[in-house]
Amino acid sequence: MPIPQLPDAEALCGALADAMRPHVDASATALVGIHTGGVWIAERLHAALGLKIALGSIDVSFHRDDYNQRGLHANARSSQIPFDVDGAHIVIVDDVLYTGRTIRAAMNEIFDYGRPGRVDLAVLSDRGGRELPVAPTWCPHALSLPVAQMLALERSDDGRLSFRLMEK
Amino acid sequence: MSVTTHGGNPQLNRHGELNHLITIEGLPRDVLTRILDTAAPFTEVAEREVKKLPLLRGKSVFNLFFENSTRTRTTFEIAAKRLSADVINLNISTSSANKGETLLDTVDNLAAMQADMFVVRHASSGAPYLIAQHLAATGRDHIHVVNAGDGRHAHPTQGLLDMYTIRHFKKDFTRLTVAVVGDILHSRVARSQIHALKTLGVPEVRVIAPKTLLPAAVDRLGVRVFNDMQEGLRGVDVVMMLRLQNERMQGALLPSTQEFFKSWGLTPEKLALAKPDAIVMHPGPMNRGVEIDSAVADGRQAVILPQVTFGIAVRMAVMAMLGGN
Amino acid sequence: MKIHIKNGRLIDPASATDRALDLFIGAGRVVGIGTPPAGFEANSVLDASGCVVCPGLIDLSARLREPGFEYKATLESEMAAAVAGGVTRLVCPPDTDPPLDEPGLVEMLTHRARHPGFAHVHPMGALTIGLAGERLTEMAELAEAGYISFGQANRTIVDTQVLMRAMQYAATFDFPVWLQPQDPFLGKRGVAHDGEVAARLGLPGIPVVAETIAIAALVNLARATGARLHLRRLSSAEGLAMVVAARESGLPISCDVTINNLHLSEHDIAWFDPHTRLDPPLRAAADREALRAGLASGAVDVLCSDHTPVDDDGKQMPFEEAEVGATGLELLLPMTLKWAAEMKLPLATALARITADPARVLGIDSGCLKLGAAADICVFDPAAEYVVSRENLKSQGKNTPFLGKAFPGRVRYTLIDGRLAWDGTGTLS
Repeated sequence: MPIPQLPDAEALCGALADAMRPHVDASATALVGIHTGGVWIAERLHAALGLKIALGSIDVSFHRDDYNQRGLHANARSSQIPFDVDGAHIVIVDDVLYTGRTIRAAMNEIFDYGRPGRVDLAVLSDRGGRELPVAPTWCPHALSLPVAQMLALERSDDGRLSFRLMEK
Repeated sequence: MSVTTHGGNPQLNRHGELNHLITIEGLPRDVLTRILDTAAPFTEVAEREVKKLPLLRGKSVFNLFFENSTRTRTTFEIAAKRLSADVINLNISTSSANKGETLLDTVDNLAAMQADMFVVRHASSGAPYLIAQHLAATGRDHIHVVNAGDGRHAHPTQGLLDMYTIRHFKKDFTRLTVAVVGDILHSRVARSQIHALKTLGVPEVRVIAPKTLLPAAVDRLGVRVFNDMQEGLRGVDVVMMLRLQNERMQGALLPSTQEFFKSWGLTPEKLALAKPDAIVMHPGPMNRGVEIDSAVADGRQAVILPQVTFGIAVRMAVMAMLGGN
Repeated sequence: MKIHIKNGRLIDPASATDRALDLFIGAGRVVGIGTPPAGFEANSVLDASGCVVCPGLIDLSARLREPGFEYKATLESEMAAAVAGGVTRLVCPPDTDPPLDEPGLVEMLTHRARHPGFAHVHPMGALTIGLAGERLTEMAELAEAGYISFGQANRTIVDTQVLMRAMQYAATFDFPVWLQPQDPFLGKRGVAHDGEVAARLGLPGIPVVAETIAIAALVNLARATGARLHLRRLSSAEGLAMVVAARESGLPISCDVTINNLHLSEHDIAWFDPHTRLDPPLRAAADREALRAGLASGAVDVLCSDHTPVDDDGKQMPFEEAEVGATGLELLLPMTLKWAAEMKLPLATALARITADPARVLGIDSGCLKLGAAADICVFDPAAEYVVSRENLKSQGKNTPFLGKAFPGRVRYTLIDGRLAWDGTGTLS
């Protein structure tokens, strides 16, 4: 199978922001990025869309569904939701959408804080292989990858985002 | 009849992961640090509306308390429930043990009720290890044992929450002078604290007590021994007070609590000999006027209430780490 | 029964013999050493090639658990253990249930033990009634019934007035008094040596002064009363030094140590191993070294097993609650050989501590292989290994800190009164 051409992550961030702009309210939409890549992207979107509500971030380690198989995930971080979840319009932001389990865990985590009014999902790339009925609201890129390969977002020292292909 | 171990420490499984938490002694520094790091995000859970995580959902945690303790049992219960576990409390001191059932028979009966974790407090040193060894020997090493205090030997979760507290307020262990004050001889808390402080790299650990309350070979624990509290507190960054129990007067170890307070009670005057930003800790419950003056206990340098909050997070971290291994 | 033990290396510490010599037995006695008596025709020939032939071992402390503790062990099982370990004579302490404080009990015990193939049993009489430390036992009566020494097992007589009177009364008849030196108050609630390990593990300690104070008291009382004193189960370097000093001042005190204190120290407690819950406790490494050197030089007279079978229930408890004691009859020989090898001692010197020297302390003509002596004999292979396992142990007590370990010395034959009691595979009676 030929190695797929990797997209330009920086350009995709811009495309994602453009897709979202007509549908967000700068004073009422809240972004919640999933550690770590989702947080980087959410920071870009937050600035690009001029959102007023402070950025949230979540670590889904404590809501993962593979605890019994693999134990507690190392390096779990604190989640920060600096706004009232009840009735809010929340956009979950992540880098790559794959099985959908991370998004399920993220939603469970958010619902522990309150009852949102509406939840949308923004991802940079959809690599297929869904195992749950999860679909992104906005996603500027899609590609198909074999099971043994992972698509990962990286950030260089000067803040530049890029994609990398890794063997599992 | 041997437990599969990593490097000979029966608390670690063959992958070097924590399988039981029985004592801090012998645990490598990175294991202790990992527990403290894992506890950090758990402190935030208490701030949420839904103070629950699903990690131990469907798992049964049995609190096996052979020695009475409402405080410790309650904090373990809260921690387990915040992880969505089912909690069963057993006060063995008032039931089958009195009818002559041995410790291991009690354990066998409870294991047969699909227990996933035992939180054990016992009056005899080494009891949790005996339980862990028995579970392994009888093919039930999926059941984890957490020591909530055994005799004079160890109280590892207390030691860990004390370390978490120190790290929270003082950041770097390797620059500290820490003093542990009071009945070291009978204290499992003191032993766990000393092991943890040494493992985490605290360069000077002091014990301050009358000779009757110090173990014979206490210097072999790697501590500097002081009988004089004034001398011992000079320049200290952390003061860790211990509870004095009334029974000590019966054993001819001390003449009275008044005399103890005079020489080893923490007053504002004595605290002033420590560094100005020194923190004061106590595992609770406090005997005001015996080991600590109210002015200090309620003063700005005391971090006794944060210890309690951190205690729940640390216990959640321990249970979450064990439950997944 | 005429038996010819051939091709063996004969070691008889009492006569300083150590060379290749055959042994000839008839009518339960030694009738020829090296050469048979005229007209000797053996009914049975035992091949002792590669083996040592020595006097049957004498163990000065082995609990048989009868009467009273039959759920822990029985005479049959422990006698099987004895002969499997090459032990042909043993002393059992008076702490049975009831304690051995009256004539009927010793008669019963010796009657039970008078069985071909069983080791010779010397029950020790209690010094005070019920071992309670208050009233004297009828020592003269007991001696007549067969008790040859008097003691308190590991109970202490608290009232020093009673202790002195007991020693005086025993001295009246020149009866030996065997006592374990321990102060009744110091370390009373202790379970381990009051040192580094107890400090780390949070175990109540028994300080060395508990032993040395008691030795000082007993030495002074022996001097004052003239009693023949044997100190049982020393555990400390300081204690041994006091015994040596007392001897040098002219007091004929004897003493022994157990195989446990000879080989182990407080560090062997490891993770609260209840098999190391012992009385006296395992002390510091320096104490062990002093006892090892003392046994080699003869400052310590005798090595004993202090055999104490405990059932599994009694041991599978937290350390502080576990029953005290370790099984040891079958380990007496391997532990002696291991110590001898580590100290680079001649085999004859080492074997003396479990044959001729115990006989001397007991005051009996035994523990040697001279013409006319009772044929109590042990034939063992010093190169073969003995693995300590639940399956190999014949005793009902499987409680030993040496489980799973291997030591030099397998007993091939044990003879008691010229009769084969053990042939390396099973007991014969």
